[in-house]
Amino acid sequence: MTWTWLIGAVLFLILAPIAGGLIAGIDRKITARMQGRVGPPLLQPFYDVGKLFEKERAVVTTAQNFYVLAYLIFIAVSGALFFAGGDLLLVIFAFTLAHVFLVLGAYAVHSPYSHIGAERELIQLMAYEPMIILAAVGLYMVTNSFLVADIATVTVPAILYLPGVFLGFATILTIKLRKSPFDISTSHHAHQEIVKGITTEFSGSTLAQVEIAHWYENVFLLGFIFLFFAWNPVIGVIAVAVTYLAEIFVDNVTARVRWQAALKSGWLAAVLGIANLAILSYMMLGGV
Amino acid sequence: MQTLLFLILFPILVACLLLFVKRTTLRYAVVALSALVIGGASIYLLMRYAFEGAIYFAAPSEAASLVMVAIEMGLALFIIYMGAKFRNYLAIVLAVVQAAMVVYLEATFSENLHAVNNLFIDQFSIIMALIIGIIGSLIAVYAVRYMETYHHHHPEVRDRQKMFFFVIFAFLAAMFGLVFSNNLMWVFFFWEVTTISSFLLIGYSETEEATKNAFRALVMNLLGGVAFVAALIYLAATEATSGGIDLARVLASGDTAVVLIPAVLIGFAGITKAALMPFSSWLLGAMVAPTPVSALLHSSTMVKAGVYILVRFSPVFAGTFAGFSIGLVGAVTFVAASAIAISQSNAKLVLAYSTIANLGLIAACAGVGSYMLVWAAILLIIFHAVAKSLLFLGTGAIEHRVGSRDIEDMEGLIVRMPRMAVMMFIGIAGMFLAPFGMLISKWAAIEAFVQVPFGLVFIALLAYGSAITVFFWAKWMGKIVAVTRNREKVEKGFFEEPWAPLYIITGLVVAAVLLFPVISSTLIEPYVLAIYGVTARLGEANVAIMLMMMALLLILPVSFLLFKRSARHLPAYMGGRTATPDLHFAGSLGLTREAQTRNYYLTEYFGEARLFLPAAAVCTVLILASWILAGVAL
Amino acid sequence: MAFLKRSPWILHYDASSCNGCDIEVLACLTPLYDVERFGIINTGNPKHADILMITGGINEQNREVVRNIYEQMPEPKVVVAIGVCAASGGIFRECYNIVGGVDKVIPVDVYVPGCAARPEMIIDGVVKALAILEERREKMTGAAQTKEGARQAAGEST
Repeated sequence: MTWTWLIGAVLFLILAPIAGGLIAGIDRKITARMQGRVGPPLLQPFYDVGKLFEKERAVVTTAQNFYVLAYLIFIAVSGALFFAGGDLLLVIFAFTLAHVFLVLGAYAVHSPYSHIGAERELIQLMAYEPMIILAAVGLYMVTNSFLVADIATVTVPAILYLPGVFLGFATILTIKLRKSPFDISTSHHAHQEIVKGITTEFSGSTLAQVEIAHWYENVFLLGFIFLFFAWNPVIGVIAVAVTYLAEIFVDNVTARVRWQAALKSGWLAAVLGIANLAILSYMMLGGV
Repeated sequence: MQTLLFLILFPILVACLLLFVKRTTLRYAVVALSALVIGGASIYLLMRYAFEGAIYFAAPSEAASLVMVAIEMGLALFIIYMGAKFRNYLAIVLAVVQAAMVVYLEATFSENLHAVNNLFIDQFSIIMALIIGIIGSLIAVYAVRYMETYHHHHPEVRDRQKMFFFVIFAFLAAMFGLVFSNNLMWVFFFWEVTTISSFLLIGYSETEEATKNAFRALVMNLLGGVAFVAALIYLAATEATSGGIDLARVLASGDTAVVLIPAVLIGFAGITKAALMPFSSWLLGAMVAPTPVSALLHSSTMVKAGVYILVRFSPVFAGTFAGFSIGLVGAVTFVAASAIAISQSNAKLVLAYSTIANLGLIAACAGVGSYMLVWAAILLIIFHAVAKSLLFLGTGAIEHRVGSRDIEDMEGLIVRMPRMAVMMFIGIAGMFLAPFGMLISKWAAIEAFVQVPFGLVFIALLAYGSAITVFFWAKWMGKIVAVTRNREKVEKGFFEEPWAPLYIITGLVVAAVLLFPVISSTLIEPYVLAIYGVTARLGEANVAIMLMMMALLLILPVSFLLFKRSARHLPAYMGGRTATPDLHFAGSLGLTREAQTRNYYLTEYFGEARLFLPAAAVCTVLILASWILAGVAL
Repeated sequence: MAFLKRSPWILHYDASSCNGCDIEVLACLTPLYDVERFGIINTGNPKHADILMITGGINEQNREVVRNIYEQMPEPKVVVAIGVCAASGGIFRECYNIVGGVDKVIPVDVYVPGCAARPEMIIDGVVKALAILEERREKMTGAAQTKEGARQAAGEST
């Protein structure tokens, strides 16, 4: 990797919150329109975060701020690693590290709602992890590299070889984006789940940090979708938009499921991925 | 060679000495001193031989072999006696069968039972020696005070500490012998000594449960032992083509078909020793033993002998269906054991299942045996030994203070035992989080399996297993970091466990990650290169990133100072009910109720009752398949 | 920038209301009135809320609860008492179990009368509350700065 990686990382660190916030705003606007409402202004997420920073510093235990800060930092680092063109598997594992910090923050406050939110967040993690690892493996099989830098510059239409993997990925994407029907650990915007689940005891700037981390992660996830279509950037951008719209649509038409169903869905998605990869390896290696 | 002999014989000397030491202070002095000597000798070994590659030594064998056979017969008699005493006839049968086979071997093939070089040292042995010499010694030091407290808490247990420490040091000697032996007869001898050590130590408390579990361990390991001797007989019979009982010759033998059968049989011994399914129950039962035993034998060293021998035979397994089958046993064990770990609330059982799972992962790498996988396997061995021993020792200390080894009772440990909680945090993080070693090794394993034919099966199992491990480790961590209020500190107890071993091993967990590029390039890569002609390494960029992440993690706690600023403390949200800090709230009808937070154990989905039998069945089929495939290859 | 005005999150609590006013509050959140276009979100969590919209009067059961919820809201915050019961106890004022309006327990900033209060009036009340919220915020930052200055002057370590 040359110095281009540094540019990618820095651009991500600076621009992703802005992009992520705008995407969140678009998300809410579209959701509102789907529900026959006007909806908030596009910049609403920024107003939300700005307001949260203006609130009083209040904690249940000071430890929670430490964990949430660690969560934010590692989300940013993981995303920066992705946009620097690094090893996709390492990126995935770095994100896991970040999410564990969030979970620990919720455990640290020792409150019932937080606790249940944390358990469910871990179940969520368990649900999507196999599929996302398989997605990385699938991209490797097509491009022969785990490095995002290589996958993003490939001339092979990865999506044609990985339709099952992509479908599986889109399924767990719903989990990662915290959208219905899989938003079991906490909910966004106007929904509630076990009060606010994992973020129940966070307020003010701590909550703002969770929100900003979510924006960072969303930009990463959109980037991941793009990798499947990287061979043609225009189609890639369109595909990302269509997929995200589909996610918003699914969010609006489905109701939340029980955690057992979320876990099963995540793991079945992985089976879909495995089937795809099995067929792919059969084809690629001439039957061996 | 003197160092090798020293490392094998010195612990035996210490063991004999400890048979006569009654007072704890003297015992502590002897053990601590010996630990220093053994640790120092292991490090000296590293310095002396790290850059030399594999070196073979012709050690005097006639007398040694005679002594070994005599001891083996003695041990067989001992087992028969114990089996008769406790009415465990299976143990008697297996001991008799094994002894008979040894006699047959010695009698029929005596001229084929010589290796030119009985001892050897190479980078892999150095790594094992460091684990045994440093971690093993530290555990022994810890054990002195621990056993003192143990007997204080359990006055009903007969004080047999002299025997206990004799066995511990004899065991260390046997482990050294195992990893330094090039003569497979010698390996078998040391293998048997570890089996007996485990038997004696598991049954230490002499309760019915302990005795039952000790025999279970004995029987399963004897089964492996029988397979081992069968392999030796086969090797001796085919000495010309297979290389006989000379390990180096066997591994270098061009005739894979011939050596595959003994490899699979010895691999079976490794499977039983490493408690892979369906033989996992003995390791779980072994958790009744005092915690240093669990730390030493049943996580960092003895069970490592099982995977050690599998990794040694990787070059033979590589590219064969039989090896692939053995690898699958490991992978299935990895997923199943991890899943069952979710349903366990007993900390030692979680650690045991995690150990079984990780040993399965190492076995999976060894069975498929490509150069990248061997590299990953050795990394796994190192990191697992360090982190798991810390966790076991920590659990022991916690149990003595808190009075329970249930994870639910460790809630709020960060308030009650802050130093211990931080160490447990690091230990658990070391087991599954980036950038710690276990994660790095798993990552390397995934990237290695994609390059292997049919590796997809392993990747699928690895992906699910990896996701599952996050769940049970993170929820344990959560229990520990919960900031409960109104709890007193219990860190100081009656007899202080020596903090030094705990601190040192914690430091090692972190150091292992920071130093792993060095460890890899100095020891692991040359070893792999020597065997396969090509080696794997982690790219420089990735290493830099990991070190950066580690640095971040180490600096991050400083941010705690930032948060000391005045923040208003709010109570937890309890639906608006006023609650005390420890979650007692005014409930309906004016009654005060308590809210408790308990982890999910999901026993209906991940319980042992549900998962063990299917996994055991699958693994049994796979083991049988490996035998058939090895036979077919011939 | 006036973020607080553009992103007021509400916590809706029913003290002892008959649910009449509650239904009207929820009506405000429906697409017909759509208060989300003002950035208003109904969080169920006091720690996330800026505006406490409370209906119903105070009795012995909910007295501590109301105080608890109010205290768990981080500053700056406002309270909007909706309906005449929250203002003064309403039609139940003379009952033995009702202590009175919400202001018996917590400071109220805006009273929205009615039985039940109409959605349009509720929204109007919330808008008035937003102005008060902004005032509070300015006072809070001002007070915080003075506090910081005083502390540094006194040489205290932070």
